[in-house]
Amino acid sequence: MSDDRLIIAGREFKSRLWVGTGKYKDFVETKKAIDTAGADVVTVAVRRVNITDRSKENLLDYLDPKKYTILPNTAGCYTVEDALRYARLARAAGISDLVKLEVIGDERTLFPDTAGLIEAAKILVKEGFIVLPYTNDDPVVAKKLVDIGCPAVMPLAAPIGSGLGIRNPYNLKIILEMVKVPVIVDAGVGTASDATLAMEYGADAVLMNTAIAGARDPIAMAEAMKYAVEAGRLAYRAGRIPRKLYATASSPIEGML
Amino acid sequence: MTIQVNGEGRTASVGVTVAELLRELDIRPDRVAVEVNTEVLNRQEFERRGLREGDHVEIISFIGGGAGACGELGDLAIGPLT
Repeated sequence: MSDDRLIIAGREFKSRLWVGTGKYKDFVETKKAIDTAGADVVTVAVRRVNITDRSKENLLDYLDPKKYTILPNTAGCYTVEDALRYARLARAAGISDLVKLEVIGDERTLFPDTAGLIEAAKILVKEGFIVLPYTNDDPVVAKKLVDIGCPAVMPLAAPIGSGLGIRNPYNLKIILEMVKVPVIVDAGVGTASDATLAMEYGADAVLMNTAIAGARDPIAMAEAMKYAVEAGRLAYRAGRIPRKLYATASSPIEGML
Repeated sequence: MTIQVNGEGRTASVGVTVAELLRELDIRPDRVAVEVNTEVLNRQEFERRGLREGDHVEIISFIGGGAGACGELGDLAIGPLT
């Protein structure tokens, strides 16, 4: 099945599996996992440069911004002001106008502060950012974010790093029906079948970090995730059969002895 | 004069520019963003912007990250985290 393109704000993406770059052993492993996953969108965090130890390598030495879409996030921001500050710094660091906007509302669950998220998204959209918001699995909030001008929404499957899989498939399905922009399931995926399910429901892409980086063998899991996302997408487009309570024979009765 | 760079006090010559400071620190200007007293600078301003006594300079770059802040990634605080 050809011509299955993912386009967000006029940019075309090859892969429907997006990955985070945190928690890997080193940059070599990070790059190997990304390349094995076939991901062309990678998220990065914005942090202070270590000025006392300049021997530390730079992540961008490993990830050529010409080859990958570098998606800076505002991870760790608990206020609108902080999220704006990190987003503006990320843009000034010169990659692009893209930002994965996070405004976190609670330390233990890392659930988004959706009121703060909407407020920050409004301001950043006005400043010309392409805002991809990390949001709750709340269809009304997702719709508001789209109305503000977000060209995609990124609802969570489950809390960040929890590996619980899609906790609220019905809300996810409602979001997929309610918004007319790409939906990227972000956070909470634990294993390959979680990613497949998200794609089978009709998600446009899946973003994950811990599920790969935290696996016993991250490179093998990256490969599993690549196939999981592809299989889920293909199954979605192929159209599954309806569930029925009783059997339907698949061999003909005609010609039986 | 004394300025604050990424939260640490540092002696600098009066009027040193942001570009000069980055050279002193051996930091490639094309890989970072710089904030002076919470004002984000355009890269073109690095050569022009002279620093003054007591200025707070933040130099940031991209590091590995997925979502949320995670302790293993080192010092995270530019602004307050909570």
